[in-house]
Amino acid sequence: MIHFVLLISRQGKVRLTKWYSPYSQKERTKVIRELGGVILNRGPKLCNFVDWRGFKVVYKRYASLYFCMCIDQDDNELEVLEIIHHFVEILDRYFGSVCELDLIFNFHKAYYILDELLLAGELQESSKKTVARLIAAQDSLVETAKEQASSISNIIAQATK
Amino acid sequence: MNPFSSGTRLRDMIRAIRACKTAAEERAVVRKECAAIRAAINENDQDYRHRNLAKLMFIHMLGYPTHFGQMECLKLIASTGFPEKRIGYLGLMLLLDERQEVLMLVTNSLKQDLNHSNQYIVGLALCALGNISSAEMARDLAPDVERLLQFRDPNIRKKAALCSIRIIKKVPDLAENFMHPASSLLKEKHHGVLITGVQLCTDLCKVSSEALEYFRENCIEGLVKTLRDIANSPYSPEYDIAGITDPFLHIRLLKLLRILGQGDAGASDCMTDILAQVASRTESNKNAGNAILYECVETIMSIEDNGGLRVLAINILGRFLSNRDNNIRYVGLNMLMKAIMVDAKAVQRHRATILECVKDSDASIQKRALELVYLLVNESNVKPLTKELIEYLEVSNQEFKGDITAKICSLVEKFSPAKIWYIDQMLKVLSEAGNFVKDEVWHALIIVISNASDLHGYTVRALYRVSQASTEQESLVRVAVWCVGEYGDMLVNNVGMLDIEEPITVTESDAVDAMEVAIKCQRLGLTTKAMALIALFKLSSRFPSCSERIKDIIVQNKRSLVLELQQRSIEFSCILQKHHNIRSALVERMPILDEATFTGRKAGSLPTAVSASSIIPCNLPNGIAKPAAAPIGDLLDLSSDDAPPAPVSSGGDFLQDLLGVDLSPASAPSGTSQSPKTGTDVLLDLLSIGTLPPVQSSSSAIDILSSSHDNKAPVANLNGLASHSSLSANATSPASSAGMMDLLNGTGAITQKHEENGPAYPSLVAYESSTLRMTFNFSKQPGNPQTTFIQATFTNLSPNVYNGFLFQAAVPKFLQLHLDPASSNTLPASGNGSITQCLKVTNTQHGKKSLVMRIRIAYKTNDKDVLEEGQINNFPRDL
Repeated sequence: MIHFVLLISRQGKVRLTKWYSPYSQKERTKVIRELGGVILNRGPKLCNFVDWRGFKVVYKRYASLYFCMCIDQDDNELEVLEIIHHFVEILDRYFGSVCELDLIFNFHKAYYILDELLLAGELQESSKKTVARLIAAQDSLVETAKEQASSISNIIAQATK
Repeated sequence: MNPFSSGTRLRDMIRAIRACKTAAEERAVVRKECAAIRAAINENDQDYRHRNLAKLMFIHMLGYPTHFGQMECLKLIASTGFPEKRIGYLGLMLLLDERQEVLMLVTNSLKQDLNHSNQYIVGLALCALGNISSAEMARDLAPDVERLLQFRDPNIRKKAALCSIRIIKKVPDLAENFMHPASSLLKEKHHGVLITGVQLCTDLCKVSSEALEYFRENCIEGLVKTLRDIANSPYSPEYDIAGITDPFLHIRLLKLLRILGQGDAGASDCMTDILAQVASRTESNKNAGNAILYECVETIMSIEDNGGLRVLAINILGRFLSNRDNNIRYVGLNMLMKAIMVDAKAVQRHRATILECVKDSDASIQKRALELVYLLVNESNVKPLTKELIEYLEVSNQEFKGDITAKICSLVEKFSPAKIWYIDQMLKVLSEAGNFVKDEVWHALIIVISNASDLHGYTVRALYRVSQASTEQESLVRVAVWCVGEYGDMLVNNVGMLDIEEPITVTESDAVDAMEVAIKCQRLGLTTKAMALIALFKLSSRFPSCSERIKDIIVQNKRSLVLELQQRSIEFSCILQKHHNIRSALVERMPILDEATFTGRKAGSLPTAVSASSIIPCNLPNGIAKPAAAPIGDLLDLSSDDAPPAPVSSGGDFLQDLLGVDLSPASAPSGTSQSPKTGTDVLLDLLSIGTLPPVQSSSSAIDILSSSHDNKAPVANLNGLASHSSLSANATSPASSAGMMDLLNGTGAITQKHEENGPAYPSLVAYESSTLRMTFNFSKQPGNPQTTFIQATFTNLSPNVYNGFLFQAAVPKFLQLHLDPASSNTLPASGNGSITQCLKVTNTQHGKKSLVMRIRIAYKTNDKDVLEEGQINNFPRDL
């Protein structure tokens, strides 16, 4: 099971956190600080796994961002690397060659995508296309609702003129 | 629009925060935004609720407190529109977790949304439930989730399946409800549903043995077929990763098969063909393929025996180890660790490669490899492997030295074929990385040395040689100092020369030099110095020619600023000057240390501060565990024949007791009477034994020792020049100590001083009749005002002897009373003697109520039973 997902920038800024196991606010801050220290300081050619408090943390760097996932001792690290890559590819398709700024200003979108990919700390969907389709459908629902709202407010505005 | 509401959009806020140059600026921006959001919350502003929540999530991610926004999530979830719900659920998952009580309020909204007509809203609710539900919510909403496992849209089914995992993890007894719907998910074609369904079955098997049996019987063939189909499926762009169709599904299927095959030969048999196919046909040039191979190997290793498959699996691991990719090597090592349980021989073949991995530049790989090597070692290969590891120790980097040292020491201890080899290896480790060695390790080494009597000479010479070469490794110096102290004569005279040894010429003054260096060296710690001082003291009788010089060195340390060293040197020089007759007996060689006791202790438990070494093992020299009333000549009698069998203490440090170097307790102010001294300085106890209060002669010797701890007798705080020994003789009556010899002063009777630890209380005639008088002396320990120690002294005022004397006391409930045995049960006539008895009273209402006690004294006089009773109300007020 994936216990949490962290996105940390090269500078140690948190870009996304998702906790599938209960951690109090204090513990979360501590975990982020601790892992940030370990992972950001590892050299580029080393393996992508870190033993940490009886868990394993799998991380991978994409441009300026580190994607980290914490898993149990007996989970498959190589697969988690693949899941991270899967997530990155979906982000890439959604934002169109994603960069850190996309994830900062549209952090909620990144969360929506992650929620379509992982649930309860397990992989939910192995098809990038399906995830993209589901996100697009929900985005369009939001758009229609917005349009309706604005058209209603237009009608009201006109009526009260 | 209300005037407080912040007009900034989310995007603008993020921009403003990013523009901040300092943390203080950022805090200011966040504070302003939070104030605006709070104001909007108070206004119950609806138009910007979702925007405010989005802002709060961003602020939360930066690590600021956002608890005030929790209720906003609930309001958004309760609203009707999809956009509001979407952001509301996201906020719920980010800002709350299962332990917040607010979460319970959302149960009802969740239930409605799980039954919503819009499937995306159902999806949102499932997602939230799956990520943060508590056990209570899981129980409440399980039926809805179960129903959704059969929902028409596959995307809801897959979410419901994962949500069920959370539910059965939280409430395992719900597992059987999910068994049948889960098994029907395995027949699906949709990959998402299949993946989540397989995962659900895996987790069901983990929480319920019933489910495991059910799936074993009904699903194995289906699963094998699914795996075969997926492994043989032609290229499908939607699921393809590096030429493999859906590796995620592969891996999950293999994992479930592993659980089903484990411990069931029939099930294992069904899957061997497909496992062989996956293991042999999967491409291993990309990560995805290796991930499958890795999983497959693990499954092969876990299911019931199949020799052919295992060979295949170990070969795959061998390939992993020689892979250039660090990740692959890491998992290879990881897997070999499991494989070693199954087939140690096959793993041994890769020993050389594994040893290479210990030297890898990557800390994660080093660590794994070292653990694996540790498992690989057995009696037959311990020598070459240890040699390799010790060689590597020399070049390894600092952080890794601690780990590797610990492993080597434990290996050497476990598998050493001969004592001499063990000693040799330990010397190498100590001289290479002595500073990383834990105390137990060098303690164990000393015990082994002590037990190898034919190697004493060899060891002390070897130690002398290496410690001259590497003086900066402290634990090496300690062991060397100890051995020189004990076996110094063998060092000089080349006693017990072995053939393999190079002859070495060490003069007596060389050995003394080495000790002097250890005492004077700035870098070495107090423990080492104290040990060196003891060693010198011991050498004073071994090397008569150097004794003047040794005396000088010891005298120099009388002015040491460190109390411990000062005290020791004063004591030692006193012995050297005044007590030639007992010196040689005092500095005799330690008796052979008992290995069994040591290992028993080591295994016993962690040292606990309270019980640690308040009891001395019985095999100590000099019979110190004897009743203190015995003559001094007897005290020094080495045959400790009547020493009581001392219970082995649960913790504490055997060796430190023996060496008398446990420095911490000497200064540790243990405030309560319940915590006796945490260590016992044997040697100093030995010296101070003459000043111990004679407690009841009937009590065991152990009592004597422990009572001296209770009284916190400052151990041998003796001053050779002063005419008294300071001793907190709280429990001693002055009369009873008469006749005690002061060992160090030899001046006859001791002049005893009450060292007042707490406030002084006048003694009290607690009871007096025409025939009997009872006086109480009070004392308290500092820091524990509740507990009072009372020493009762009984005097016979009649002309007849009292026999069968028995004192009893009773106290009200707020007091706790502990009575020690009386010093005697015969009270001589006419005040010619007395009985003393110690009482310990704990007043739980200290300061509010004062002590009160009812007493009864029974005795026989002239063959007549006499009973005297009374109540004592006149205790000093503040006891």
